[in-house]
Amino acid sequence: MKKSKIVQYNKWGYIFLIPFMVVYLLFQLIPLITTIWNSFFENYLSGLMQVGPNFVGFGNYADILSNPDLWLYAGNTVIMWILCFIPQLFFSLLLAAWFTDPSLRLKGQGFFKTVIYLPNLIMASAFAMLFYTLFSVSGPINSILMQIGLFKEPFDFLQNIWAARGLVGFMNFIMWFGNTTILLMAGMMGIDPSLFEAAQVDGANSTQIFFKVTLPLLKPIFIYVLITSLIGGLQMFDVPQVLTKSTGDPMRTTLTLIMYLNKHLYSKNYGMGGALSVLLFIITAILSLLVFRFSSGRKEA
Amino acid sequence: MKKAVRKMIALTLAAGMVLSMTGCGGSKSASSNGGKVFNIYCWNEEFKSRVTDHYPGYEEVDATTGKIGDVTVKWNITPNQGSAYQDNLDQHLLNQEKAAADDKIDLFLIEADYALKYINSDYALPVKDLGIKDDELANQYKYTKDIVTDSKGVLKGVSWQGCPGVMIYNRDIAKDVFGTDDPETVQAKVKDWDTYNQTAKEVAAKGHFMTSSFVDPYRVFSNNVSGPWVQDGKIVVDKNIEQWINYSKEWVDEKATNVYDLWDGDTWGKGFYPEGNVFCYFGPAWFIDFCMAADDEASIAHQGGWAACEGPQGFYWGGTWICGCKGTDNADLVADIMRKLTTDKDIMTEIVNADNDFVNNKPAMEALAADPDYQNTVLGGQNPLPMFCAGAEKIDLSNLSPYDQGCNEKLQEAMKNYLNGNGSLEESMDLFYKAVEEMYPEVTH
Amino acid sequence: MNDTLNGKKQNGVSIGVRRLIAYVVLVLIVFMCLIWFYILFINSTRSNAELTRGFTPLPSSYLFTNLDNLFHGSLPIWNGLFNSFFIAITSAALSTYFSTMTAYAIHVYDFKFKNAVFTFILMVMMIPSQVTALGFLQLVINMGMEDNFIPLIVPQIAAPITFFYMKQYMDSTLPISLVEAARIDGAGEFRTFNTIVLPLMKPAIAVQAIFTFVTSWNNYFIPSLILHDDKMKTLPILIAQLRSADWLKFDMGQVYVMIAFSIFPVILVYLVLSRHIIGGVTLGGVKG
Repeated sequence: MKKSKIVQYNKWGYIFLIPFMVVYLLFQLIPLITTIWNSFFENYLSGLMQVGPNFVGFGNYADILSNPDLWLYAGNTVIMWILCFIPQLFFSLLLAAWFTDPSLRLKGQGFFKTVIYLPNLIMASAFAMLFYTLFSVSGPINSILMQIGLFKEPFDFLQNIWAARGLVGFMNFIMWFGNTTILLMAGMMGIDPSLFEAAQVDGANSTQIFFKVTLPLLKPIFIYVLITSLIGGLQMFDVPQVLTKSTGDPMRTTLTLIMYLNKHLYSKNYGMGGALSVLLFIITAILSLLVFRFSSGRKEA
Repeated sequence: MKKAVRKMIALTLAAGMVLSMTGCGGSKSASSNGGKVFNIYCWNEEFKSRVTDHYPGYEEVDATTGKIGDVTVKWNITPNQGSAYQDNLDQHLLNQEKAAADDKIDLFLIEADYALKYINSDYALPVKDLGIKDDELANQYKYTKDIVTDSKGVLKGVSWQGCPGVMIYNRDIAKDVFGTDDPETVQAKVKDWDTYNQTAKEVAAKGHFMTSSFVDPYRVFSNNVSGPWVQDGKIVVDKNIEQWINYSKEWVDEKATNVYDLWDGDTWGKGFYPEGNVFCYFGPAWFIDFCMAADDEASIAHQGGWAACEGPQGFYWGGTWICGCKGTDNADLVADIMRKLTTDKDIMTEIVNADNDFVNNKPAMEALAADPDYQNTVLGGQNPLPMFCAGAEKIDLSNLSPYDQGCNEKLQEAMKNYLNGNGSLEESMDLFYKAVEEMYPEVTH
Repeated sequence: MNDTLNGKKQNGVSIGVRRLIAYVVLVLIVFMCLIWFYILFINSTRSNAELTRGFTPLPSSYLFTNLDNLFHGSLPIWNGLFNSFFIAITSAALSTYFSTMTAYAIHVYDFKFKNAVFTFILMVMMIPSQVTALGFLQLVINMGMEDNFIPLIVPQIAAPITFFYMKQYMDSTLPISLVEAARIDGAGEFRTFNTIVLPLMKPAIAVQAIFTFVTSWNNYFIPSLILHDDKMKTLPILIAQLRSADWLKFDMGQVYVMIAFSIFPVILVYLVLSRHIIGGVTLGGVKG
């Protein structure tokens, strides 16, 4: 009797899944299957002339994987993601901890919280446009640096490997750390306050509370942040695309995987683009599985 | 999928045959007519304002629709950025066969850099099938027809603009270096590339820049190549292009030019002001009138401090072409728009007067060239039209290929790395080949 | 409470110093966040000619000229504003509501394919959106849904990232016992979800609503492929159109003023919602 009632409840699980599944099947799965299907064909538009589709098996994959450049682009993507993620994580945790620390009693919190999220509101491409102007050879950053005597000659940031990568990382950092702070804060505020009180009663200081109580309880949100940031990082596109005018200069050291994919999409190369997409998908899946494994492994320990 | 493609090709061929057969019948019944909706595909407002202002009988309904008689004109504008315009156009062209009559594209616009992609397809209708005869187009500049002539010699588009270019030089710097700003003397100093190169060194020795960026003279080289970019599926780097690379290296090394991107206001555009210290730019009429910051009091253009001479070789820059689209249900209207805007001398003179375009009509332009009252204030009162007219006659575009846009762009981008010292010439050329082959998968080197 | 705070002072760094450090860092961060809006503002007050000559820190006098040019230009920016708003708000509403529902299905119920579905959605999340763009466009064209907001809004119902956030949030704040209590009270499943779970999820919903709204507001790539009728276009497309205007009409002053114009409403919406978030976050802890 009781069991059948639970089963009856559980049928609602399926019902609540219907909207997601229907929309997903229609708008995402069909295009995705087309993409995977395409990856096994030579299929592109030359001008308005359709070449293919000719079945080539894993030919497209072989082409991509045998091209050493793919690893350069993957490396670029990961490096620029790290340049953005490390400072982002540091500052987000710091700010979230400060904002949620009752002993600090920071004034104007509402203002600060509001402000740090603002950069995320600007369109990435418009933001990159601004940066391009600011860091140009005759832009204000150069003229300030020359005025204070740091540089004798203007420095072309976008023509130096590490300056260009650093700028991309920095921009992504500025745009996303507010977002991460809000996420972490929402997580921290969701923690039962009685846990903090209990820790305080036990004589823990705020640093200890942060590392021993807050961080472990934050794990679900933390994993969410890490995974979405990683996925977002692998999808990095707008900022380097606009900042380097889609070239990935200097010498393609800021060219990300999606910028590379975009080059194939430009020529409507469904075959190569599809294969690259599937590879990207596999890379992301492996990375995410690693993170899941790592986090659930720690839970058991 | 394959089947569907084959079926589509078959349909396309059939439709093409029907069209060309009826095409012989006479102009009025050339193709179907009487459609209620006239769809125009373009990427900005320019053509719309030409039609609104100069096509007789066009009434604007609102920002994206208009009326010509009882036909509704629908403007389908997709920005150029990120190739969105071409993507959208391609998608609809490939769908043209299936589309409902009111959704079929009737007329679309193209630019020179990718013109052949559409011209060599069946989608652009031969102009003569629309009933426009060759002698009606006799007043148009030859190069404007070469660009839109397909591999079989069939003309498939028309333009209302001509964009021959000249070398625009800074009078003050000319006086400083040569002791005079007289166009003939300066022309003698840049009459061919060797002389130009000598002059560049002279200009640099006096502490000026010959051009703002190494890309400035590029068009002049690439318009005068001896063969197309891609031959038998292989990229061929022309001698003229190689020469441009070698010269660019020399000029950058000797500080006669910089590694800037075109259109970059902060860097490349500095030369529009005296402190930028740039001797010359290369450009057509629209460049002089609208791009040299003439409305800014501090600019050289505002003070009339520029002058023009022909430069080492003839070239053109820009322009928009009108194509009729296969499957249109308003062929006569397409033809009439083409006639009115690109062959009617009165309307075209009106365009010159109203919009300062260099129109694609020899008698109209030559009349203005001979007009002693026509002065260009940016050029300190000089009348550049005779030069433009002469230049337009000399442009030779027999070596265009459908790959020009990609090859030109990618070469300039790759050479930036070379000239900035981020890669050797060989590495940078590899980068160029790689980029072109990504863009055009069927091309190799 | 105060006693414990005072007690802590002895072993940690003094609160005053920590507070000072916090304020200094915060002020620097605020500068870093706001300077871009300042630059944008400055640039939108300058004419195209002034903009070509490089950046200056002081505003010029062309703000109203630029605005005037924008409003009286040929681009239907008020339509664009409305379209952007409509798409962004409906996307945010649909996305958060149905993602919460999907997360709820996985969180509360136990059924045969539960784990498979969860893993499946996570896999979906990892597919870069650009990857399927061309396939998506083909689909939209085949369905005859160009120049239509549906393909921009409805797909938001299946938003794996929002779903994942909701699921994670439920894991840390929504005890099953709460749902069971509601069942004992005799509430139907659908009602429980709407009247008990949704209000509890408010902070998470507010956060994700903002994210979805902003993403949708700034989205250029897919809308530019689908919307061609000027009156249907969203602001980013109109900005791109302004930027790619031919050189005869090119006016960076107008471009900047338009970017400013398109950011302003987002800031407003954000300010409204951000108070809601901060309030909601404080109320959001599960009680009892």
